[in-house]
Amino acid sequence: MSKAFVQIDNVAMRYGGVEGTLALEGCSLEVQQGEFVAVVGPSGCGKSTLMRLVSGLWPATDGNVLVGNKEVDGPLDLVGMAFQNPTLLPWRTILENVMLPLEIVPAHRRRLRSERAMYEAKALELLKLVGLEGFAGKQPYQLSGGMQQRTSLCRALIHEPPLLMLDEPFSALDVFTREDLWAVLQNVWMARKPTVILVTHDLREAAYLADRVLVMSARPGRIIAERRVEFPRPRSMETTFLPEFTSLVADLRAYIAAARKGEEVS
Amino acid sequence: MSTRAQARLEAMAAAARRQRRLQAWLPWMVLIGAFLLWEMLVEVFGISTFILPAPTDVWAAAVRWWKPLMDDSLVTLGTTLAGFALAVVGGLLLGIAIGSSTLVYKGLYPLLIAFNSIPKVAVVPVLIVWFGIGIWPAIITAFLISFFPIVVNVATGIATVEPELRDVLRALGARPVDIIRKVGLPRAMPYFFASLKVAITVAFVGAIIAESVAPNAGIGRLMMVASSRFDVPLVFAGLIVTGLMGIMLYWIAEFIERRTIGWAMRGQEQQLSTGG
Repeated sequence: MSKAFVQIDNVAMRYGGVEGTLALEGCSLEVQQGEFVAVVGPSGCGKSTLMRLVSGLWPATDGNVLVGNKEVDGPLDLVGMAFQNPTLLPWRTILENVMLPLEIVPAHRRRLRSERAMYEAKALELLKLVGLEGFAGKQPYQLSGGMQQRTSLCRALIHEPPLLMLDEPFSALDVFTREDLWAVLQNVWMARKPTVILVTHDLREAAYLADRVLVMSARPGRIIAERRVEFPRPRSMETTFLPEFTSLVADLRAYIAAARKGEEVS
Repeated sequence: MSTRAQARLEAMAAAARRQRRLQAWLPWMVLIGAFLLWEMLVEVFGISTFILPAPTDVWAAAVRWWKPLMDDSLVTLGTTLAGFALAVVGGLLLGIAIGSSTLVYKGLYPLLIAFNSIPKVAVVPVLIVWFGIGIWPAIITAFLISFFPIVVNVATGIATVEPELRDVLRALGARPVDIIRKVGLPRAMPYFFASLKVAITVAFVGAIIAESVAPNAGIGRLMMVASSRFDVPLVFAGLIVTGLMGIMLYWIAEFIERRTIGWAMRGQEQQLSTGG
């Protein structure tokens, strides 16, 4: 029996002791190797908590989290992460920012000095893939928000993590830049095929990018619906104008509306 | 481009140049103006040299006593810099410890605040009992008074690393020491340099306090001796020399700051050049 790459089984997460806030409860999901999964849900439903559990930053209060068939019991260095805030280091150039993980991940930091040229070539290639050719020597403040976010994406990918965790990476960008970056992210994914978990509250983003969209309930969060997205790749803005796309987004919206109502009742 | 637009652009550039020139000269003009006003007031109201010497009297005293003035200033400069150097090393180490560990923070911070509230002039007699009269009480007073701002600023810079960035690094398997080296310390540098500019000036205060309480050598002793001889112009000369040394050290700190952390300052220059 082939096991999923990421397995979350009946997980609960409570903050601040026994009386604390219950962020997740009875949350289960599976992500296959190389799959692109989007998680959507009403705000405050524990999406970001889920991310931190999978990457081993926080331990779960209850249940099991398995990545690559191994229990997660601490930070995993096979994860690349990007957040809403690009969090670039202002004292480093774009290239140096992208190469930061190589100075940290044990397998790479030992080889970085002797094989610097090879790693730099890799970083430059990544920058080219996201459309930042020629910006390697610039400082972060010289780049627009969208370009900073592309850099952040490169930083998440440079050590070739098999698992990419994205926490609302594009939600601080304007609509046009965001749609550009959907295409960029799709390119990257099709070129490298990492397993991706994308947390977002933009339903069109989820439908455009993901193979599968998971809908979370209001807090305490668990998965209440799941939709497969079958549009062929590469998807484009034209895809988003298809009636099937529109109805998928409408369905997702209905799930979330129901989830929010549930929150008011309880 | 139309000639009108060109003329307007040139006029704006010229205005910006004038603005910059004015800004460069302004401190000097204010300084000279203040001295002129001072001289005039002394003259007009016939204030005796014993109460407030005129700038010309101060200058005359400085010229007459230039040798002891210079010797004592150099002693004070030396003790100040020695105390300051100790404060930089001690402040950085303690700041890193406090900024990166909640336990150290909780344990040490109240103590530090209590210690910082003690007037250093009260500590000098103790230092004299311990180290005798000499340069050490001055060096240690300069150190004690100037290391606190460094500790607080370095600790703040390290403790305020964005949680997301911490998560990114931790998810890569970064140890706490990696996070401090790669992120905490570099981002604490602007705080550190800001504190250096405060620390260098208060280090002076510390050294001179010690020299005044335990007159052995230095500009503090010179002023004590001068005032006990009612040589008020020389006291003022000492004060002005101290101020000059303070400005000089401040400039040096600022120069190093510009060289090392240009990334944190870029906004200011743009503002200045367009702000005209």
